[in-house]
Amino acid sequence: MSQETALALKGLTKNFGRAEIIRGVDLDIKANERHVIIGPNGAGKSTLFNLISGRLEATSGTIQLFGREIDGLPPHRVNRMGLSRSFQVTNLFQNMTVMQNLRCALLWSKGHKYAFWKLVNSQQEVTERAEELMERLNLTAKQHVPASLLTYAEQRALEIGATIASGAKVLLLDEPTAGMSRTEADDMVELIREITTDCTLVMVEHDLGVVFNLADRISVLVYGEVIASDTPEAVRANAAVQEAYLGTEVH
Amino acid sequence: MNTTQVQTGAAAGGVGRSIWVRRLWPWLVAVVIAMLLPLLVTSNHGLTMISHMGVMIIFALSYNMLLGNTGLLSFGHAVYFGLGGYMAMHMLRYIEATGFGMPLELLPVVGALGGLLFGLIFGAVSTRRAGVVFAMISLGIGEMVTASSLMFTGFFGGEAGLFGNREAPVSLFGIDYGPGRNVYYLVAVWALIAAVIMFLLRQTPLGWMANAVRDNPERAQFVGYSPQMVRFFQFVLAATFAGLAGGLFIVVDEIITDETVGMIQSGLVLLSAYIGGIGFFLGPVVGAVLVVFLESELSSITDAWLLYFGLLFVAVVMFAPQGLFGVAYQQVMSWRAGEWVRSFHARLYATSAMLVFVLALIAVIEKAYHVLRHWNPQEPMPLFFVTIDATSMVPWLVSFAVMAGALAVFFLHARPLLRRALDSGEGA
Repeated sequence: MSQETALALKGLTKNFGRAEIIRGVDLDIKANERHVIIGPNGAGKSTLFNLISGRLEATSGTIQLFGREIDGLPPHRVNRMGLSRSFQVTNLFQNMTVMQNLRCALLWSKGHKYAFWKLVNSQQEVTERAEELMERLNLTAKQHVPASLLTYAEQRALEIGATIASGAKVLLLDEPTAGMSRTEADDMVELIREITTDCTLVMVEHDLGVVFNLADRISVLVYGEVIASDTPEAVRANAAVQEAYLGTEVH
Repeated sequence: MNTTQVQTGAAAGGVGRSIWVRRLWPWLVAVVIAMLLPLLVTSNHGLTMISHMGVMIIFALSYNMLLGNTGLLSFGHAVYFGLGGYMAMHMLRYIEATGFGMPLELLPVVGALGGLLFGLIFGAVSTRRAGVVFAMISLGIGEMVTASSLMFTGFFGGEAGLFGNREAPVSLFGIDYGPGRNVYYLVAVWALIAAVIMFLLRQTPLGWMANAVRDNPERAQFVGYSPQMVRFFQFVLAATFAGLAGGLFIVVDEIITDETVGMIQSGLVLLSAYIGGIGFFLGPVVGAVLVVFLESELSSITDAWLLYFGLLFVAVVMFAPQGLFGVAYQQVMSWRAGEWVRSFHARLYATSAMLVFVLALIAVIEKAYHVLRHWNPQEPMPLFFVTIDATSMVPWLVSFAVMAGALAVFFLHARPLLRRALDSGEGA
């Protein structure tokens, strides 16, 4: 597995006032790896995602995406460099239809930028790709329904669709199966597996069934530090992980 | 570009053609109305009014590029209207002085370029943030330009403003722009061109992302767009069209004063867009026509016209935030859904009750103005086909009684009846 490193975090810290939320995270994520971050509530998983995606600025440390530094860049610049993320709380253009949401997510990556001399609806490439995505997300029947009127699971699927639309090389998914029924979660895992065959996935997940099913490697984040980063089998056997996360305290 | 699309539409067969007919007919109706209007309105006063409507339509549509499309509430949009107007006026005076060969038809383009220039300058500082910050900065820039008009009297012409003669430049088509009707047609053509462009702009990648940034700036960032840049481009485009409106304005009026860059003008365009409805492309058009009409006609009927204007705005904000066009649209939808059939009488009843209330309110306001503002309050006052003495008690008591009665009927009987009529339909 001596592949290129997709995402490298070095000595990353984040303080909110005097509260240290991320306390020196070092993490290397290889290209085309499915990497799941687990950890108890308040461990800083979402904060870590916010740092990587540019939503928050790190207090110290560096973040590299395929060898290029991205820390301190605004989210849209990070996104243009090939990193895309989804949100734990659904974050869509609520008034827009499914089709419109996907088109918006495609416009930049198809090179349309801030163009005001061409019509969106006559961009065949965008339309075709959006239709392809809807097919994949099973949302074709709902293409003219505003995002706010979709069911929860459909909104989550659209959220994933908007995240992958740009064809990013690195995907950050924040608890994609949270709040879903068993079957919905299974569908979602299948979808994620399908769309991440040729890109790097970094995912936060609570559902351990999903985690061990999907992950190539698992990192365990506890109180702002990575206490283990290894294959699922090794993590399962790791005593420190069992103590800190799985709750078997040693007295 | 349009013709090729029409052709592909036609090539696609009958279905494609019918879509194009459906898309094009509102524009054809607009063209027909614009062309026929001078046959109905022939007085100079009337022609000036409908020319002002055309100018205001462009101005209000440009304002809605900010408020409706991008979610930017500006209190200083007249800055670009006025400065565009001044640029065009200086060009007109230059043409007059030197015989420079720019035709009058293209003079509004100078206004547009003026709007573009100042849009670039002020847009760069004001679009960094949305919401309250943007609104406050727009207010500050408006104040700053108003203050400048007192300092740079060479450019702004001082209190008297600047005059020009629209007959000085040549015409591209050999038209004599002395008569108001010919000027109106120039305004109408520019208004239609500007409206078509602004309509198409909403459907471009920038127009889409403006909506996206309005609804969820964060998500827009995570699909690769800088909200600040989207706002900036929209702002500059809106300023350009405001400048175009300003350039047309000086062609109509042949005079410009510093009022055009001021707060009142900025407020007027906000009112126009909002009263018409910012959620619809045609909303600001309806608002602009109504506002110019009220400003021009109501002011000659009653001294209290500004008060009515304010009441109308408050009523729209409180009871119909979707705007007058939005209300009309809802009624059409409800008609199509068949709701009118079973609730027609209840609607008529409720509307009549409200109308009686409004008429009684007008009577009160008119009497109050007569008593407080007239040099001789005892003088008999004509009101709704009768003549009354506004200082006696009886007319006041009657008005208040009618107001109270109409409100009581509306809230206690008409509205519940209307609700029941609508609910019974849903139950069935």
